Amino acid sequence: MSKKLLLANAHVPGIRTYEVYRREGGYRSVEKALKMKPEEIVEEVKKSGLRGRGGAGFPTGLKWSFIAKPEGVPRHLVVNADESEPGTFKDRYLMEYIPHYLIEGMIVSSFALGSNVSYIYIRGEYAWITNILEEAIDEAKQNGWLGKNIQGSGFDCEIYVQRGAGAYICGEETALIESLEGKRGNPRIKPPFPAVKGVWERPTVVNNVETIAAVVPIINEGGEAYAQIGIGKSTGTKLISACGNINKPGVYEIDMTISVEEFIYSDEYCGGIPNGKKLKACIPGGSSVPILPANLLLTTAKGEKRLMNYESLSDGGFATGTMMGSGGFEVLDEDQCIVKHTYTLARFYRHESCGQCSPCREGTGWMEKILKKIETGKGEMKDIDLLWDIQRKIEGNTICPLGDAAAWPVAAAIRHFRDEFEWHILNPEKCLTENFGLRHYADAIHVPVA
Amino acid sequence: MVSFNEQQIAKVKQIIARYPEGKQKSALLPVLHLAQDSFGGWLDVPVMDYVASLLSIEPIEVYEVASFYSMYNLKPVGKHLFEVCQTGPCMVKGCDDIIDYIKLKLNINVGETTADGMFTLKTVECLGACGYAPMMQYGKTYREHLTKEKVDAIIEECRAKSN
Repeated sequence: MSKKLLLANAHVPGIRTYEVYRREGGYRSVEKALKMKPEEIVEEVKKSGLRGRGGAGFPTGLKWSFIAKPEGVPRHLVVNADESEPGTFKDRYLMEYIPHYLIEGMIVSSFALGSNVSYIYIRGEYAWITNILEEAIDEAKQNGWLGKNIQGSGFDCEIYVQRGAGAYICGEETALIESLEGKRGNPRIKPPFPAVKGVWERPTVVNNVETIAAVVPIINEGGEAYAQIGIGKSTGTKLISACGNINKPGVYEIDMTISVEEFIYSDEYCGGIPNGKKLKACIPGGSSVPILPANLLLTTAKGEKRLMNYESLSDGGFATGTMMGSGGFEVLDEDQCIVKHTYTLARFYRHESCGQCSPCREGTGWMEKILKKIETGKGEMKDIDLLWDIQRKIEGNTICPLGDAAAWPVAAAIRHFRDEFEWHILNPEKCLTENFGLRHYADAIHVPVA
Repeated sequence: MVSFNEQQIAKVKQIIARYPEGKQKSALLPVLHLAQDSFGGWLDVPVMDYVASLLSIEPIEVYEVASFYSMYNLKPVGKHLFEVCQTGPCMVKGCDDIIDYIKLKLNINVGETTADGMFTLKTVECLGACGYAPMMQYGKTYREHLTKEKVDAIIEECRAKSN
């Protein structure tokens, strides 16, 4: 069984309230942190090997160490709770059921970064979670964990929750900052990076909800102890939100040593695929990461068991691997149509492109239209090459990573499932009523049954 | 003349106080939410102009934001707004059938409002409920694991509220 840190007390009745959370050991990390020097906290986070849990996987301690400290200029911590990557619903779970975990992590992190006013930018649709967080903030304040001179330390800290209003792009940190300033979510050109000029041109650190929550066990147990969990550069635990064709969709905390096969088929996690269906494909890290066919998902090109961690999931690069991403894990069974699924993702990215950069604004629209054409039996063979060409021209040619995020799912679908696209085009009528199924796989390849 | 009541004005002031002096424009998104909730579920031009005056910014600064974010309605919507997610994970779990069923049941297409002004149906992109699909947003709540029976019950619930 995986070690649990963030969700260890998730099932304690009343854990949402301050009283129960505190009784179960909550806010200990704040007591400890306030007796440390801010630099010592940053050092512990560096030692822990914690990597950003929003998708990019950038080392958190390193990110913190970049924050500029010009004399007399306030600094800010902004928590990215704009969770919008299809397949991802892990931050929601943490905030909804254990809101104090995030607040606790934010107080410690704010102290480490010297942020006296910190913000949670939450996606607008999570309206009821905004209320839960605001209640938790009030409780924390009433008990002396927020406000002036916290626990007699001399450190002042306020936390405010800002609701977005429906824009995936605001999960990108500079778009989020623009939005927090009351503007359209158009990503900024970097440099300057937020660590130098962020919100209101002040040094700013933007971190994902889960990242900030992970600071709590790091301070409680020490960075080295945290780094002992996991393998290599995949230290600590990771929240995975699992969805699609599985028996037990939900949010799971894993230590990053388990295999993908165990995650899908074990009763502790996804519990296998319903109705005796076979695994066809999986998008393991949110819709932006490359989709993998079952054979490459479970085993790397080298023939090793693929594990649920940063290194193993990306083993083989994009040719035969994928990415850990946000941990939004979507399983597709043999009845799912890759063309249709890719079309819905292309539509998503077209809808969410901010429109600043032409390759993304125009390219996402083209990809959506061509995929719809193929999906509805009107495709031509040349369309597949056209799609490939468009995605290649978007990737790397935009201000922010949304362009790449839109290009990769299309590229991976063609790379691994080209035969299914061709079948759609060659069978314009059949493709409307029938599925391509598992014809990708030669009989020799082992595809497990539940 | 559009105007918030005293309580709403107090709320606006409270929101503005979260940001540094002179950065009241940061309050725009939360104040637009408040305005939409207070003035009939959508943002008419006079409402946006009023918000601009409250925050001492130009009306265009409000329009460009209101038109960017999908949660702000720039046209009137029905009393009850159903926003059904249609992205990959919801598609896999049968959102198309749910959308078709609501269309049939309310006799409207996606993007339309019933003649009595009661219901509007929209499709939306991923709302972060992928493990509980298919789903829709109704008001400030998520309705998850949708079935035709659940859709019936939600529609009944709306009708009961309006009676």
